[in-house]
Amino acid sequence: MFRLFYNIKQAVLQLIRNKGMAVASIFAISAMMLILGLFFVISVNINLFTEIIKQDYDTVEVYLEEATTAAKTKSIIESIKHMNGVSSVEFRNKDQALKVLKRRWGESGYLLDSLGENPLPNSILVKVENLNAANRVNVAANKIDGVESTKYYKETVDKLTKVTNFLSISAIIIMLFLIIVSVVVVSNTIKLTVFARAKEISIMKYVGATNWFVRGPFFVEGIIIGLIASGMSAGLTYVLYDRIVDAIGMKVMTILSSPLVPATYLASNLIIIFASMGVGIGAVGSIISMRKFLDK
Amino acid sequence: MITFTNVTKKYGENIGLENASVSIAKGDFVFLVGPSGAGKSTFIKLILKEINADSGRIKVGDYVVTDISNRLIPQHRRKIGMVFQDFRLLPKKTVFENVAFAMEIMHKSRRQIRKRVPQVLSLMGIEDKAKRYPQELSAGEQQRVAIARAIINNPKVLIADEPTGNLDPETAKGIMDLLDEINQTGTTIVMVTHAKDIVDRMNKRVIAIEDGHIVRDDYGQYGYDEGLDFGEGVFTDV
Ligand SMILES: Nc1ncnc2c1ncn2[C@@H]1O[C@H](COP(=O)(O)OP(=O)(O)OP(=O)(O)O)[C@@H](O)[C@H]1O
Ligand SMILES: [Mg+2]
Repeated sequence: MFRLFYNIKQAVLQLIRNKGMAVASIFAISAMMLILGLFFVISVNINLFTEIIKQDYDTVEVYLEEATTAAKTKSIIESIKHMNGVSSVEFRNKDQALKVLKRRWGESGYLLDSLGENPLPNSILVKVENLNAANRVNVAANKIDGVESTKYYKETVDKLTKVTNFLSISAIIIMLFLIIVSVVVVSNTIKLTVFARAKEISIMKYVGATNWFVRGPFFVEGIIIGLIASGMSAGLTYVLYDRIVDAIGMKVMTILSSPLVPATYLASNLIIIFASMGVGIGAVGSIISMRKFLDK
Repeated sequence: MITFTNVTKKYGENIGLENASVSIAKGDFVFLVGPSGAGKSTFIKLILKEINADSGRIKVGDYVVTDISNRLIPQHRRKIGMVFQDFRLLPKKTVFENVAFAMEIMHKSRRQIRKRVPQVLSLMGIEDKAKRYPQELSAGEQQRVAIARAIINNPKVLIADEPTGNLDPETAKGIMDLLDEINQTGTTIVMVTHAKDIVDRMNKRVIAIEDGHIVRDDYGQYGYDEGLDFGEGVFTDV
């Protein structure tokens, strides 16, 4: 306990003594973590979108024009029913569609309440037997008079899976790169305090201090830098993302029929991820900064 | 206590120590003398495992220093007290804290520290200086603090690299009396020095090194003319 308190006190003193560099590195690391944060919210949203539309994997959705009459609708349903490979057909009016959407969005469903007029069209849900049938129905239905457009999710899911994979790989590469840069930034910052206390460290070593004893304050210093940076970037990511959801959330919702994950929902994950990254970067950075110093 | 067997240490072309063998028994008081660049500091650094020997075997207490892993170095050094010419005190810590520091490293409790530090400070005759900072003390007093720190954990060996190098003869004499007292309690002492008068007066074992070789090992006199060929002045003012 005594040592922990001592280490924290020393670390804070070191940071204050070296505050220019400490502030600079906190900002640099925050900026990098902010980039990671944006990647994080993007991939969370793509995942959610993929999950939502996966539920309709075997379904072709046929959207009807606003002007299509009930009689016309009936005849469209009949003609689709008789296509090859169609297993069932179901009409869904725009009110039902909204209800379904709301149920599916679960926690984010309340977002739909502020919509005012229902923007969804009447539609026909066509369950298909296999991929070939889906392609055929998709093409054929599009040609029928009174049909506005069709949506077939298999394609979208496949595309999205590709995008998600690509994003994950690039996110990992960028993340590794940024983490390495952050570790270097931290270790260089701490190196300055290590140099400033070089004499003290060598005396400690003569008296028989273990490496961990010597490292203590610098270790804590690194962790403090990492934690401050992660706090700042988590906060900034939250605020920025919240703004983005405010600004374009509705549009995304109507275009993709999938909500943006609300910022509040991400907050706890964001804090946990950033804090552990901050601690890790600080810890590794400080150990590296002292490596040469301690191995004699 | 300390045994060197055929120890060689080279720095590239430079010879630090070559095929040196010597044995220092428990309770010995040894002066290590020789011209500048002879290899005296090399000898001491090898004992501390601050540098590693190229070949040969070094044993200090229970440890075969040439064989132990780096992880054990702190344990090894805790059994050795070190005193330097330039004192090496922490300027931002008080006298008490400078000495207590060596006990904190051993994870001693605050109670033990509060009990032991004043004892050792009074042994060194500086009990009234506990709250002062090193720069507020005379050179002799600073060296007493350094010795207090070196012996606080009851080391088996005390090594001093020119401990009187920065002191006037009178103050140096006081320090030598202290070292003698410490030696009386059974602590082995190895002291590097260029001070002829001290060595001659103390009449202890003298090991002379020249060009990395042990050229003399007997009792009594310093054996060199004072101030000749030596880089560091013998009684430099601070
Ligand atoms: N790190 C080093 N790199 C290269 N050569 C070194 C190094 N340290 C010591 N030497 C050389 O090894 C030899 C012995 O040096 P050492 O420091 O042991 O001498 P010394 O007897 O302590 O001298 P002094 O009385 O001046 O302190 C010298 O020739 C010195 O130049
Ligand atoms: Mg020397």
